[in-house]
Amino acid sequence: MPTEVWTGLFVGASILMYLYIGWSSRVSDSKGFFVAGQGISAIANGAATAADWMSAASFLSMAGLISFLGYDGSIYLIGWTGGYVLLALFLVPYLRKFGKYTVPDFIGERYYSNWARLVAVVAAIFISLTYIAGQMRGVGIVFSRFLQVDVNTGVIIGMIIVGFFAVLGGMKGITWTQVVQYYVLIMAYLIPAIAMAMLLTGNPIPQFAMTFGDISTKLNQIQVDLGFAEYTQAFANKSMLDVLAITTALMVGTAGLPHVIVRFYTVKDVRSARFSAGWALLFIALLYTTAPALSMFARYNLVNTLHNATIEEVQQLNWVQKWEKTGLLAFEDKNQDNRLQLTPDETSNEISIDSDIIVLSTPEIANLDPWVVALVAAGGIAAALSTASGLLLVISSSIAHDVYYRIIDPGASERKRVFVGRVMIAFALAISSYFGMNPPGFVGQVVAFAFGLAAASFFPIIMLGIFDQRTNREGAISGMLVGLVFTSFYIIGVKFFDMPTWCFDISAEGIGTLGMILNFVVTLVVSRVTPPPPPEIQELVEDLRVPEDIVTEEPNLAA
Amino acid sequence: MRDFSRRQSYWNTNITTIQLLLTVWATVSLVCSILIVDLLNQIQFFGLPLGFWIAQQGSILTFVGLTFLYASEMDTLDQRYRSRQGESEPKAVSKQEIGE
Repeated sequence: MPTEVWTGLFVGASILMYLYIGWSSRVSDSKGFFVAGQGISAIANGAATAADWMSAASFLSMAGLISFLGYDGSIYLIGWTGGYVLLALFLVPYLRKFGKYTVPDFIGERYYSNWARLVAVVAAIFISLTYIAGQMRGVGIVFSRFLQVDVNTGVIIGMIIVGFFAVLGGMKGITWTQVVQYYVLIMAYLIPAIAMAMLLTGNPIPQFAMTFGDISTKLNQIQVDLGFAEYTQAFANKSMLDVLAITTALMVGTAGLPHVIVRFYTVKDVRSARFSAGWALLFIALLYTTAPALSMFARYNLVNTLHNATIEEVQQLNWVQKWEKTGLLAFEDKNQDNRLQLTPDETSNEISIDSDIIVLSTPEIANLDPWVVALVAAGGIAAALSTASGLLLVISSSIAHDVYYRIIDPGASERKRVFVGRVMIAFALAISSYFGMNPPGFVGQVVAFAFGLAAASFFPIIMLGIFDQRTNREGAISGMLVGLVFTSFYIIGVKFFDMPTWCFDISAEGIGTLGMILNFVVTLVVSRVTPPPPPEIQELVEDLRVPEDIVTEEPNLAA
Repeated sequence: MRDFSRRQSYWNTNITTIQLLLTVWATVSLVCSILIVDLLNQIQFFGLPLGFWIAQQGSILTFVGLTFLYASEMDTLDQRYRSRQGESEPKAVSKQEIGE
C-alpha cells in the first residue's frame, strides 16, 4: 500500500477515535466541564498532561533545533522538564487541596480581591492566546504536510475536530482524548527513533546508543573538519549567562503556565496530584531523552550523506527527492564544483536544511515501511490537537468561570455556567483559528512571551500565596504588575524595536527570569509595609498546607 | 482546639524535604549542566563528555526521580500523621476533617 493510503487510514482512524471519545464523555455540569469531575487517576492525568504539554513544536521541531544547536539545545531539554519539579514541590499539591477551577480563582480568593483576579485573568488569557496562535498554525501545517491540503483548510479541519470534543466534553472530553493522543504521539516518536538508532549504531535504545556508542566522537570530528564548533562544545551559540537565564525562564515559566496547572485540578486528591506530576514528567522524559539522541543521529547522518556528495548521487536518494520538493531541503552548487559543501559560512554553504526535517525524514532515511511514515503523521496531528484543546479550555474557563460566574453573575445556574463555557470555547477557537489562518508575522517570536510572562506573573504569586502567609493583596497585585510590565517591555523592545539587550545581554527568551525575581522582591517588600491579610485568609493558607485526610486537630473534649 | 504544633511540625518536615530536593534540582540543572559544564566536559562518561551527558540526559532522569521521591516521601509523612499512634501523640486522635 502506498504511503498516502496508510496516512489517510491512520489519521482518519485516530480522528474518529477522538470524536468518539468526545461524544462519549459529554458533560452537563460545571465541575465536569471545567475540571473533569475531579476523578481522573494519577497515571491518566500524567499522560494527559504530557500530551497537553508536548506541542507540534516539541514533536516536530525540537529535535531539529537541538541538532543545529548541539549543547546549547539543552536549554529546551532542561527548561521544559525541570519546571515539573517546581510544579510538584511548590504548586500542584496545594492548588489541588484548594480545589477550585482555575488559576485566577486561586489568586482571587487567596488575595481576597477581584482586582487580583482580573489581573490574573488578563495574564492567563494573554499567555494562552499567544501560545495557541502558534498551535493552530501548527495544526494547519501538520495537516497540509501530511494530507496535501492547503494550510487554511488544515486549520479548519483541526478547528472542527477540536471544537467537537472540547465543546461537548469540556475538560472531561479533553482529558480522555489527550490520554489517547499521548499514546499515539509517543509511539510515533519512538518507533522511527529506535529504527534510526539501530541503523546507525546497532543499539536499539536511542538513549543508550547516544551514551555508550562512539557517535558523538565521530560527529565532533566531522563538525570540526567542516569548520563548525564541536557538537558537544558548550556555549558555542549563546553566552553562559544567557543559557542560564533562558533555562530558568523556561523552567519557571513551565511551572506557571495555566494550561499545565489546571490539569492537576482534575485528579481526585492531593496524593494523586503529587504522583501525577511524577507520571507526567516520566511520560514527557520518554520523548525528551529520545529527542537529543535523534538530533545527534540525524545530524551525523545528514552531514555524512550530503557533504561532498555529487549532486547526482544526492538526487538518487528517495528521501532527498521527497523533501527537496517541499522546500525543507535545498541545494545550490555555489562554487560550481559539482559537489555539495556544508559550511558554517552563509556565502559558501550549499546545503540548506529546515530543522523540521530532522523528525519528518527519519522514517525514510531509516528505510521504514510506509505505515511508519503514516504513524508519524498521526503523531504530529495528535501533538498539535492535544495542546490546542488544553489551551482553549483555559481561555474559556478564565472568561466563563472567573469573569462571568465569579464577577458578573454569581447566581448563575449550573446549566447557564456550562452553556457560557461552551460558547467561550467556540469563541476562543474562532479567534485562534483566525490567527492560524492569518498568522501575525511574529508568531514564532512571541512564544518567548508565553513563558516569560508566566514566569514573571503566576509562579511567584502562587508560590508565595502558599509558602508566605504574610503576602497580601497589595503585594500580589503590585508584584504581578511589575513582573508583567517589565517583561513585556523588554521582550517587545528587543523583538520589535531593536532595543539593545541592555540587561546583562540577556535575550528576550531569558528575561522572564529577571521579571520573576522582580516580582518576588516587589511582592515581599510591599506585603510587609502594608496591612497583613485578614485572619480568614491566613486560616485558608494553613488549611492548604495539609492534605484532606491528615489529622491536625486535637479531639474536642467538650464535644 | 486546634493543635498548631502538630500542624506546624508536619509543615516543617515538608519544608525540609522540599529544601533538600530543590538543592539537588538546582545542582543538577543549573550548576552541573550550565555553570561548571566546561569543567565536567573534561571527564569522559562512556561515549560522551560528562557535562554534556548531564545536560541532555542525566538532568531529565534526575527530575523524574525527584518528583517521584517527593511524592513517596510525602506519602510516608501523611501516613505517620494519619495513624492514630503518631509518635508524639499521647492519646488516640479522632479523625476529623479540617477546614471543611
